[in-house]
Amino acid sequence: MIFLQLYWEFFKIGLFSIGGGLATLPFLYTLAQTHPQWLTAKSIADMIAISESTPGPIGINMATFAGYQAAGIVGGVVATLGEITPSVIIIIFIARFLGQFDKNRYVKDAFYALRPAVVGLITFAGLRLFSVTLFPEGMVRIQETILYAILVFFVLRFKKVHPLIWIVLGAIAGIVIAFLS
Amino acid sequence: MRPACTYGDGCIGLTMHTVRLWDLYSSFFRIGGLTFGGGYAMLPMLQREVITKHRWVTEEEVLDIYAIGQCTPGIIAVNTATMIGYRKRGILGAIVATLGEVSPSLLLITALATILLNVQDNQWVQHAFTGIRVAVCALITQSVLTLAKKSLIDIPTILLYLLVVVSTFFFAVSPILIVVFAIFFGLSVQKIKRSLQ
Repeated sequence: MIFLQLYWEFFKIGLFSIGGGLATLPFLYTLAQTHPQWLTAKSIADMIAISESTPGPIGINMATFAGYQAAGIVGGVVATLGEITPSVIIIIFIARFLGQFDKNRYVKDAFYALRPAVVGLITFAGLRLFSVTLFPEGMVRIQETILYAILVFFVLRFKKVHPLIWIVLGAIAGIVIAFLS
Repeated sequence: MRPACTYGDGCIGLTMHTVRLWDLYSSFFRIGGLTFGGGYAMLPMLQREVITKHRWVTEEEVLDIYAIGQCTPGIIAVNTATMIGYRKRGILGAIVATLGEVSPSLLLITALATILLNVQDNQWVQHAFTGIRVAVCALITQSVLTLAKKSLIDIPTILLYLLVVVSTFFFAVSPILIVVFAIFFGLSVQKIKRSLQ
């Protein structure tokens, strides 16, 4: 039963997340609210870190991780299959019947608004991430907030540096802060 | 069905059916397993496997396929794999290429998740992950700023952006509803713009 549920929830994510891996994040946060036994806001942050520092599409990595956490190895496979099913169906349909899909006027019109809406959804996911990491239970965590300010400065300054490097530096900083305090 | 390649591009006589399913699977397995991050990061690997090595599609076709992958629901890398697989070997090819693309993630993430769930109670691992979460916050900030620069281009898009942030964060509006609303919003605003011109 849990496998069917997982498949269906990730099927919906695959169907409605437009614009790549991070676009699945807001759906994962709503999933954490409706199915807290599967994943939590905190575990999503860890999932992002793992998914960004391993090869493979981020969206698929997060689906596998979330499914695994909810129901083991089979859960990971089922969640991933659920997430890719809508893609496969829609793309086969487009390949067969709509050759110039991306140049269609209505598609372009829809994307004029879909793009900012997706950025809005990713911002929402980012705010949820901030609230568990920097302001848990309404309290400002000073050390983490300072670390954030430093990291964000360098991340924006050196855009070409691979995310994996920042994640490793974050891990080291976390250990050093704990060691000092 | 179109042939895999035609006269003049060096592989005369190759037809659609000569593309082996195993080649589709293994090529996309390599693409999935050697691409860090999504989106544009996959283009170099994709070009190497499907253009240079196998000559399944041309440079222009890859860009078209990638563009379609971006504006259809789902993961861009998966959409691209499905499309190329379909063009070479029909529905079966689409499924095989897609499974190839996601297989490395399934193997690697399952292994990592197993390890992680076993060590997550260790206090040093917890401290490391506290720092990692902060780094992820910084990375998301960067992603949002980069994406916003490209998509918030006029007053309606800025207003829509603010509406989405407020309605999801403060009023827990479902992302599905947002996506559906955005499609109608885009179609209507562009229609109004055109009628004003």
